Parts: sequence; structure tokens; C-alpha cells
Amino acid sequence: MSDFTTTIGLEVHCQLLTQAKMFCHCSTDYIGKEPNTLVCPVCLGLPGSLPVLNQKVVELALRAALALHSQILPQCVFHRKNYFYPDLPKGYQISQYDLPIGVGGFLEFYSQGVKKRVRIRRVHIEEDAGKLIHEGVSLPPGTSGVDCNRCGIPLAEMVTEPDLSSPEEARDCLMMLRNIVCYLGVSDGNMEEGSLRCDANISLSSSSLLGVKVEVKNMNSFRAVYRALSYEVERQKKLLEEGKPIFQETRHWDEAKEITVSARGKEEAEDYRYFPDPDLLPFSIKEEMIEEIKSELLELPLEREERFMTEYELSQGEAEILVQDKEIADFFEDTLRDFDEPRMVCNWITTEVFKNLRELGATISQAKITPAHLAELLKMVAKKEISGTIAKSVLEEMFATGARAREVIARRGISFITDEKELENIARDVIERNPQSVADYLSGKEKALQFLIGQVMKETRGQADPELTRNVLIKVLSSEE
Amino acid sequence: MKIEEFRDFTIADYHHLFKEKKISPLELVNLFLERIKREEDRIHAFLFVNEEEAKSEAQKKAENPPDEFPPLWGIPIAIKDNICTRGIPTTCGSKILENFTPPYDATVIERLKKAGAIILGKTNMDEFAMGSSTENSAFGPTYNPFDRRRVPGGSSGGSAASVCSLEAPLALGSDTGGSVRQPAAFCGVVGLRPTYGRISRYGVVSFASSLDQIGPIARNVEDIITLLEVVSGKDNRDSTCAPYPPFGKSEIPAPEEIRKIKVGVPREYFPSGLEKAIGEKIQEALEKLRGEGIEIVEVSLPHTDYALESYYIVAPAEASSNLARYDGVMYGLRVEGDNLQDMYFKTRTLGFGKEVKRRIILGTYCLSSGYYDEYYLKGMKVRTLIKQDFEEVLKNCDLLITPTTPSFPFFLGKEVKDPYEMYLNDVFTIPSAMAGLPSVSLNCGYKEGLPVGLQIIGGPFEEGKLLGLALFLEKLLALPSPFPGFKEDNNE
Repeated sequence: MSDFTTTIGLEVHCQLLTQAKMFCHCSTDYIGKEPNTLVCPVCLGLPGSLPVLNQKVVELALRAALALHSQILPQCVFHRKNYFYPDLPKGYQISQYDLPIGVGGFLEFYSQGVKKRVRIRRVHIEEDAGKLIHEGVSLPPGTSGVDCNRCGIPLAEMVTEPDLSSPEEARDCLMMLRNIVCYLGVSDGNMEEGSLRCDANISLSSSSLLGVKVEVKNMNSFRAVYRALSYEVERQKKLLEEGKPIFQETRHWDEAKEITVSARGKEEAEDYRYFPDPDLLPFSIKEEMIEEIKSELLELPLEREERFMTEYELSQGEAEILVQDKEIADFFEDTLRDFDEPRMVCNWITTEVFKNLRELGATISQAKITPAHLAELLKMVAKKEISGTIAKSVLEEMFATGARAREVIARRGISFITDEKELENIARDVIERNPQSVADYLSGKEKALQFLIGQVMKETRGQADPELTRNVLIKVLSSEE
Repeated sequence: MKIEEFRDFTIADYHHLFKEKKISPLELVNLFLERIKREEDRIHAFLFVNEEEAKSEAQKKAENPPDEFPPLWGIPIAIKDNICTRGIPTTCGSKILENFTPPYDATVIERLKKAGAIILGKTNMDEFAMGSSTENSAFGPTYNPFDRRRVPGGSSGGSAASVCSLEAPLALGSDTGGSVRQPAAFCGVVGLRPTYGRISRYGVVSFASSLDQIGPIARNVEDIITLLEVVSGKDNRDSTCAPYPPFGKSEIPAPEEIRKIKVGVPREYFPSGLEKAIGEKIQEALEKLRGEGIEIVEVSLPHTDYALESYYIVAPAEASSNLARYDGVMYGLRVEGDNLQDMYFKTRTLGFGKEVKRRIILGTYCLSSGYYDEYYLKGMKVRTLIKQDFEEVLKNCDLLITPTTPSFPFFLGKEVKDPYEMYLNDVFTIPSAMAGLPSVSLNCGYKEGLPVGLQIIGGPFEEGKLLGLALFLEKLLALPSPFPGFKEDNNE
């Protein structure tokens, strides 16, 4: 039995976050819209209509290309990719060929705790096609319709070199890529809704030569990418071990069956007859524009992750979880501004905050809680003004209503017991029931006092004033001596 | 008033009549509609006569005459059928678009309407502007008003014939390799191909995007100038339209300035195959110019011979892609089939004519992988050489004068059989189109009742000088305007 090396390259399409389509003024907000309501002569490719490039598209693609350290060519050209399909109104797609917006570059990411680097081959921009609809109230049975709302939506295509050596790496690389485009506001990176799409090329080999390349499509989540590629590794390994050939082909990931299926019949090599689109002039990107965008490039996810590790002494895993969502990372740092306890804030965010978000099905920006409010709550916990348990339930209500911690506490009648007499009685009870701790404390063990404070808190369901409790306990204990 | 009185009219003359209240816009439109009714069975210049809308527009204008007339106020105009007109069929002379009515106006149509023009109808053309005779129209040929046995030229044959026979005072055509100038020459009228990028292509059904330009056709140079002023100028809906203001009359040099210009005559445009009478008429015109003190020098454009061949690579290549959208899916003709491929196949087989199919195949071949470098890329390189030829020559001359066509209007049916012979008709109009340069054709005389076209070629965006010389020459030659068509009018 021989060892196989796995070689994977990714081809990632992401929808650019522009208001208007790539070559006309139609809106890009097509999700859930009636078919063919966001269209005009240009994106419908009506006779005589002409494309005019939306400059925002170039700017966003440039951001992505620069973040991937690509070289920006002084002159870019749009090519026509010619093929017939009903969802392609013009009979060609406006894309880029030999002069794309970005060439070369690299992307770094962590996979299983180890830093990896994948080289980038190219970054180019192109327009999206429409969508075929096979069922619907307005369609006679047995017919299909075309929805052109998506026609002309701007996409950036990012292609990596085949530098990835496992399905895990491919997934982690894609996650970082998604992270970057989200960070830069280039795309919303939503894989389920198709604003981020990933195809992969995978081959296995037992020698230094590359094996036969198989293209895998239709992977609509990170999990799908991982599962599909893992499946392919096993499938190809088995074939190689049995001495059977692997065909160069395109395979589709079947999410339900968890297998890849050969896309037979589409294998004849298509000749797209690329040529420069004569309706669009070559466009040049000025050095000043590159400099301007570079200066505006925010801290990228990996840089931030590494900063979190050094500046806040978080582990790579903790930093990664926070950084994976820019809004979460921002929320984390904003909370620290009012409450500088990185580890505690990180723990609360990755457990309690995440739990609440999950339950509400919301993102942090949609949630009613602000970093200042969380900081306020955590401060109370840290000062032992309230117990962790109470804080958790207070947080839940803060998420639900947007109220501040002190408001929730007041409304629920969670009031601090500040009456010294009342606390003294409770303290005596606790002391009576915990002679061992009392003995420990008296023999100089400070920790025992913490335990006793905790017991008083428990007794009062967290409502005792921690400072006062402490003083009262010390006072009563000293009288025990 | 009678239509024959308009034979030598310019737009200014019509406006004078309107001012004097001698005629109203509605009466004028009615005169042209009558003329169309009378002549169409002989000429077949129109595919659609916009009778109702033209009348109601003219009526509205008649009721509300402004104090100051916009440049084309109340003037009827014929439009080539590859220019989109909202609510009016736009067929490109093709079966595949027989039932297509655009939901929008081309930029030029918007500008015409704003300037007060009245759309008289849509004119016949070679299918998708591919041809030089208008015989490639799916809806029957147009006949040359001078001689019905002959073609009016093409592809803007309908536009040129309508202006020639005074079915319309003005028309718009489109010129990809000579489609405005060659029919203008064959019909004895003036046709201008402006600099590429001078006029927006938005709404002009693409044939070869890097070559297509809209061109005005009129009975005199003055009207060409007015029309150019109205339709030219930058348009943010066409990336290839130059960011310049509209052409202005002030760009035209005064006659005394024109006398100082130097005209080059490229020897490659006088080959042995040139019709003798055409060569003679051009020489006569050159002599007259020389007599006015204009310097005439012989020049050379060495790559002229390669222009035709490279054009027939570049133009069909672009066309093969531009015409992919006619697939039966969204609009136009659809012929149902057993499956998608079959539907595509049947629709395009039945929808396109022979010449269009020939060019789609040619273009597809030139762009195919393995042939791209050898054909398309080489074609583009030759194009650059042709451009450089002109740049070189125009360093020493202001303008060039050539014949517009190598021959007189040919007989119908003659050249349909041999496409290459038809392609040769454009041999003098293709090079300047490939170079993107402005060129105008105007009548320089008649031989046995047929007009001879003289072409003036200028540097990029030098329409001022170009039309200045055209005006000067027109005045110098003082030829009778064409007015064939009346059955009782035998015109030589």
C-alpha cells in the first residue's frame, strides 16, 4: 500500500457588494424578488443595448486582489466568453481572460493550528448569468422559465494554485478567503444564498508527478467542501489502489447522498471563443487608485488573529473564533475599551453571547446588545456585584429587550442586600454549617473566605452585596476566634 | 405646395416655409406620406411607414409652434431598421426579428425627437447590415430610384433610396464597412460616416461593434451638418462613444481657409479595375479644386490591399458573437424543437438568411481556439497597419479624396451569386472604416443617368474640415439634386 499526496486548488466566485449591477443601473438586491423585475434592456441583452462598466465593481475587486497580494496589471481587458444557454441572454458572458485585474499573490491561513500559505493564480471580474426556473405557478407544466434578475450581477473569481494538500486545508483556506472578502466589504460571503461559490480541482498521486485532475462542483457550504473533497480522496485512493484509471471530469457533490456524481455528457471540451469585448474599452487602473485602496485596506483577518494572540494573550483557537466574524471581533475589541479583561470577555462572547445569538438566529449587529452594555454587565460580575449565574440570565434578557444590566436587575427586583444586620444573620448561618472552611480560614487560608462568600451568595440567590458580604464575614469570623 | 418644389431644399428652407406659414408640419408630413404611397411599389425603401404617429406628432407641432425652432423641428426623417425605435418594429431586415418591437429608443432617436424631428418610417436594409445591395433583406430588395433594374447599394439601401426619391428629406443609416457611403454614392446623395465614437451606438443593433457607426444621409451637405450636430456627442450609455461635445457648425472652416488645404489622392484607389467613367469624374472634380487653388498631391496607402481581407475577419468575428443572442429564447422568432439544441438549431436556421449565416460561420471559425492567432489576431494587427498608413499620410495632407465605389450600381441578382464580388464593392470604403476615420460620399457627376460618388476622408474628429471641403465642392460642382422616381420624370 502506497502513500498518496493530495493536491487541491480552489476556484472561488463571490458576488461583489454593489448597489447596481455590473453594466447597468438595475439593483443587485434580487433575493426573494419576483422573476424578471430587476431588469432593463442592458442586462436583458436586448438588441442595441450596450454595457457600461460600474466603477464600484473595479474598486471592490481591486480590494480583494490587493488583499491577496496580487499584482495589478496596468491595463485590464474584458473578454467575451461565448456559449449558448437560456440563462445567458447575450449568448456570451462578459468576463476576463488573459488580462485580468489581478495576477499572482498568496493567501495565508491557519489549518489545524499550523500556518499555511496558498499561492493565488488570478483574480478576475465577470458578470453572473440568470437562473432557470423549472416550476412555478405561471409556468405551464413541462416548461421552464428564465429569471434574469441575477443577469449582470458582478462577480469576482479568485483562483488558487494547487497548493492545498487536504480537504481540511481546502476548507480552512476557503474560510479565510470568505473572511477576507467579508472583512473588506467586498462580498457578504453567504454560501447558502450563493453569493460565495466554490469549485475545487483535486488529484491524488503516489509520485512527484501530479495525478489526474477532477473538478468538483456544487458545494454550498464549508462542510460540503470538506465532505465532498474527503469523499473524493477516498474514491480516488480506492481506484488507484485497485489500479483503475481516474478520468479527468467534472463531478457534482450530492449533498443528500454525500457522494460526488460524474457530470456526464458535459465533457466535450467547449470552445468559448474568447475575444476582447469591442463594446468595452480596455480599462487602466491608476497607481493612485491602487495606493488609495491599499491605504484603506483594513487589518486583514490573519493579521488581526495574530495580534489578538500577542496583544490579548489568547490562544490561536480563541483568536480564530473571534476573528472569523469581523463584527464579533469588532464587538470584542469594543467591549475591551470599557472592560479590559480580554480572556473573560472572550469566554463570555464565545459561550454566552454565541448561545444567545444562536437562539435568536441573529448576527451580532442585529442583536440589541451593545459592547458597552456587555462591559457593564461583566464589570458587575468581576466585582462580584452579581453572580455569574444571575449575569447569564440578565444577559438573556438584555438580548431580548435591549435593556441595560442595571435596568434588568432593578425590574426583576434583584436588589443587593445592603442591610448589614440581615447579612450578618445569613453569614452566621453559613459559618455554622461550614466549620471546616471556618477552620481553614482561621489557619490562614484566604481561599476559604471566597468559598464562604460564595455560600452567602448562593443563600441570597446572588443578591448580596459582595463587598459588604466580605466585610460582614470577616467581622463575624474574627469574633469566632 | 408640391413635393417637387423641395428638390433643392435644406432644413433651413423648410423652416422658412413654416415661419411664413406657407406650410404646416402636418401638411409637410402628408406630402411625404403621399410621395411614399406613390413611389413605394417601385422603390420599396421602407419596411414600416410610421403614418399614424408621424401625423399625430406633426399635428401636435402644428398646434404649438415654438418661437424658436429646434434644429429639426417638424422635419420628417427615415430611420434604418437596425436603429431601435420605441413602439415601432425594428427588424434589421431579418426574419428572426420580424416581430420585434423595442421597448426603448436609441440615443440618436431620443436626440432626433428632442430636436423636433418626426420619424417617418423604418427603411429597408441588408439583413443585419451585411451586404452592399439591400438584396439580403428578408423582406425583398430595394430598387435604385435611378434605374429599377439596379441595386441602391447597401446595407443602408432603403435610407439612401428614400432620400434620393424624396420620399424623405433626411435619413439615418449605419456604416460598418461602407454601408452609408456606398448606397449614398449609388443613389446620388450625401452620406457621412463620422469618426468612430462621434455618435452613440446605444440602440443600434450591433453587427461589428468596433466598426459600426451611425451616419446621416441627406440631399445636401448642409443638412448632413445639421443632422450631425443633433445626433453626435458623448453618451454615458455607450463606453465607446467619445467624451466630446456634439459637433458644431463653428468647426467648419471658412471657404478661404478651405482653399489653403492640401488634398492627398491615394494611388491605390485608382486600380486598373476601376470603372473608367468613375475615374474620370473624380479627376474632373480634382481639377476643379485645383482651379480654386487647392493643392492636390498623390499619396500612397500601402496596406490598402489587405483592408478587405482583414475586414472580413474582424467584422464577421464580432458579428458571430453579437448575433448569438438571437436564439429564440427571449424575443424574436422561435421555432419549437424536440429539445433546447433543436430549438436553437431550427430557429437560427430559419431565422437567418444566407449571407448572415455565411458570416457567422466565418467569424466563429476565426475565433475558434487554434485559429484565433492566425486569423482574428492577425486581422487586428493588419488593422493597426491600415490605421498607421492613414496617420502617416495625414501628417502631410489635410484630407484625402478617392472614388467611393469602384463601379456603378450593379444589376439586381448579379452579385448575390458571388459574395466575394459583392465584397469588392466596399474596397474603397472599408479602409477608413477600419481606421475609424470620418469619410463622406457626395455626388460628383452623372454618367449615363447614374451618379458617381466621390469620397473625402479626414483625420479623427476632423469632420469640420471634411464637411468644409464637401460644402465647398458641392457648391463648385453645382450639380442638380437627384429627383428620380416620378413616373413621368425621365431624368436623363
